[in-house]
Amino acid sequence: MIDVKGLRKSFGSLEVLCGIDEHIGQGEKVAVIGPSGSGKSTFLRCLNLLEHPTEGEIWFEGVQLTAKKTNVDRLRQKMGMVFQQFNLFPHLTVKKNITLAPVLLGLQPQADADDTAEKLLRRIGLLDKADEHPARLSGGQMQRVAIARALAMKPDVMLFDEPTSALDPEMVGEVLDLIKELAGEGMTMVMVTHEMGFAREVASRVAFMDEGLIVERNTPEELFANPQSKRLQEFLSKVL
Amino acid sequence: MLGNLWDTFYNQFHRSFIVDDRWKYLTNGLLTTILITVMALAIGLLIGLAVAYVRVTYDNTGRLRFLNALARIYLTVIRGTPVMVQLMIIYFVIFASTGMPKLLAAVIAFGINSGAYVAEIFRGGIMSVGHGQTEAGRSLGLSYRQTMSRIVLPQAFKNSLPALGNEFIVLVKETSIAGVIAVVDLTRGANIIMSLTYNAFMPLTAVALVYLGVVMLLTYGLGKLERRLHRSDRR
Repeated sequence: MIDVKGLRKSFGSLEVLCGIDEHIGQGEKVAVIGPSGSGKSTFLRCLNLLEHPTEGEIWFEGVQLTAKKTNVDRLRQKMGMVFQQFNLFPHLTVKKNITLAPVLLGLQPQADADDTAEKLLRRIGLLDKADEHPARLSGGQMQRVAIARALAMKPDVMLFDEPTSALDPEMVGEVLDLIKELAGEGMTMVMVTHEMGFAREVASRVAFMDEGLIVERNTPEELFANPQSKRLQEFLSKVL
Repeated sequence: MLGNLWDTFYNQFHRSFIVDDRWKYLTNGLLTTILITVMALAIGLLIGLAVAYVRVTYDNTGRLRFLNALARIYLTVIRGTPVMVQLMIIYFVIFASTGMPKLLAAVIAFGINSGAYVAEIFRGGIMSVGHGQTEAGRSLGLSYRQTMSRIVLPQAFKNSLPALGNEFIVLVKETSIAGVIAVVDLTRGANIIMSLTYNAFMPLTAVALVYLGVVMLLTYGLGKLERRLHRSDRR
């Protein structure tokens, strides 16, 4: 589904990604862990070209995203993204946040999009907030709406960029539960996370990044129980 | 003594405003001032929006290089020269031979001038909208233009409103120099009364009060609009 070949990314003279090869298959749930500054988020943001790779190729469903003539907007419709800071649109109601893109892109007429939005909101238990503006929601509620907004595009893959890092501790659970539910339904996912317990529980595979490289990748059971590299051992000893 | 003072006041008032319906210089002048201000504001908003869009797009994406260069020249020249000089150049130099109405020249001059300031106000407003908003829009598959028009600009406009209101107020008062190309605006109207009656106090005080009233009304209206637009921010 997603193929990454020789991905490098530099900001000025600082090389953040130093050559990453990765294949993410249909239905996989890949958790990306690693110390801060290891390039996890940059890697994730390269997948839908929010960051442009300095070198290397990214393929999505058989199309090379990094090719010049590729219509990136079109492919992004199929790649949902959830941000650490939610990034809901504060000037729109919750429902409008969800329906804006499908309607504007001509995928659904407003009435159908409203139906979809209501179904999604019912599912995340926030139907009563449909006509509120985001400022009235709690962090956990905002992040759930952000997930619903991404789902309204019926994406083939969901990218999560530290979806719970900006939340108060008591709200982390509700967001993780929703993500777990999605995982259970077979959604392909790539998630950058600091929640090791969550990665262990939900991920089908865990990739450990350090200094711009994927140092180790394995099933969660193996990776957490038998870390091979010294750097992963050190990292796990600090976070677990 | 007090009666004397009152008589003088009344006589001056009468001569300045009542005789020959001289108050009409003020009311017609006010209409002209409002007309110039509103039209110039409309032109300024259009130019400002376009210039800000070009500048921000160039800064973000590197596209529109040529337009960006033009925009920068425009900003430098307009902000670097006095509006009175611009007004005179437009009327006496550029439009002198075409016989264009003075009023139109004033509207164009003030519009072009205001556009430069509005452009920078909008640019600031656009930059005040977090980058995460653009990323969220783009991640949903919206194009750059769709993201700008539906997500960034509405928020930018709201954030720009206090500064825009200020520009509006400045513009109202700036039009008082339209008299240099013999447009009879509010200030020029007072000038005419002054030259007819040789009394400065009455017409100038009246004109100052009218400007003050207009600006206060504007401030009130803008405050109301701002509160309405910010309703979505309240918890």
